[in-house]
Amino acid sequence: MNEQSLWSVFVNAALVNNFVLAYFLGICPFMGVSAKIATATRMGGAVMFVMLVSSVCAFAIHHILIAIGVPFLELIAFIAVIASTVQLVEMFIKKMSPTLFRALGIFLPLITTNCAILGLALFQTNRGYGFLQAIVYALGAGAGFTLALVLMAGIREKLELATMPDIVTGTASALIVAGILSLTFMGFAGLGA
Amino acid sequence: MEVRKPQQSAATDEFIKGLWRENPVFVQVLGMCPVLAVSNTAINALAMGLATTFVLLMSNTLVSMLRSFIPKQVRIATYILIIATFVTIVDYVIEAISLELHKSLGAFISLIVVNCLILGRAEAFASKNSVGHSVLDGLGMGAGFTLALLCLGGVREVFGDGALFGLTLFPEGFEPWIVMILPSGGFFTLAGWLLLINHMKKRSAMSAERLQELPR
Repeated sequence: MNEQSLWSVFVNAALVNNFVLAYFLGICPFMGVSAKIATATRMGGAVMFVMLVSSVCAFAIHHILIAIGVPFLELIAFIAVIASTVQLVEMFIKKMSPTLFRALGIFLPLITTNCAILGLALFQTNRGYGFLQAIVYALGAGAGFTLALVLMAGIREKLELATMPDIVTGTASALIVAGILSLTFMGFAGLGA
Repeated sequence: MEVRKPQQSAATDEFIKGLWRENPVFVQVLGMCPVLAVSNTAINALAMGLATTFVLLMSNTLVSMLRSFIPKQVRIATYILIIATFVTIVDYVIEAISLELHKSLGAFISLIVVNCLILGRAEAFASKNSVGHSVLDGLGMGAGFTLALLCLGGVREVFGDGALFGLTLFPEGFEPWIVMILPSGGFFTLAGWLLLINHMKKRSAMSAERLQELPR
């Protein structure tokens, strides 16, 4: 069992080892959805919610699979559960709040292939986090993901107005910005020890 | 005979297109997470490339074989389960071959499951084409992916460590660029390669234009 305090788990996941900028998890939505601040915030919220649910599920699955002695099924079980969680969340939101459902649009089903979610499930298992720690870890990772996404969207909205040489536009400029952001986040390195 | 010839060239084309024209990383920008995360040394990049190629090849083959049996509604879930099975196999094989490598790649072997490249090829190619073509497509895309990983891993290791595949390249006085090993180095290196490729594309487009403008 890991004995880290809850606060340090949170800071670690959100800032020091930010999922996007330090672990490179969830780069696809990071590049794809970071063009506008509004969509970036919504996407962040959805990811955070799915992270929380799948973190709880992953905790349960890990203990069940260990109990019945088939740890090699872990990966398959995780991905199956995440896919069905996303489906469930999608149906739930559709029923409860059609407005939010329309606002999220295609981003919701795409969360299934967001490696940050599976990465979260795998990391929390590898590090042996307890139940509360796992929940806080999921919250921190979600907050970090949202933070990176919103920061990136803000910078890219400004970049829209700048004139750049032809070859730098698109993915290349986004990558350079991400690199600089990642350098900035290195400054948090001393915080979560 | 006349019918067979274009088909044959199409078969080699399935392989070649993955290497350059539709290179998964440089052109389609798919599967970025592992590309950036494990490309800090050339060895890691090579291992990751080979592992992904294997999974891509097997999942393409199986999806293509089962394409008439898989119901349309649950196809994505089925593909993911097929991919997850092979990834589990790769994970255990790497752990058996080299514990050190397994440690340095970490959770990123398991994360091959959510590499959009593999699911993308299953959905866009293997579910619509014959087994032979899908195998070639898988091999070509895998080779292209490995090539791109090596391009990144090589550059990052040379500048960040002063070495390539663990062999020291520079004399004593070389000061390694720590930034290349850090996460941000991954972003910068990939951005650099994309810039280079964009530049080359633009050059060739311009020279093509100039050729057309030439007086005959």
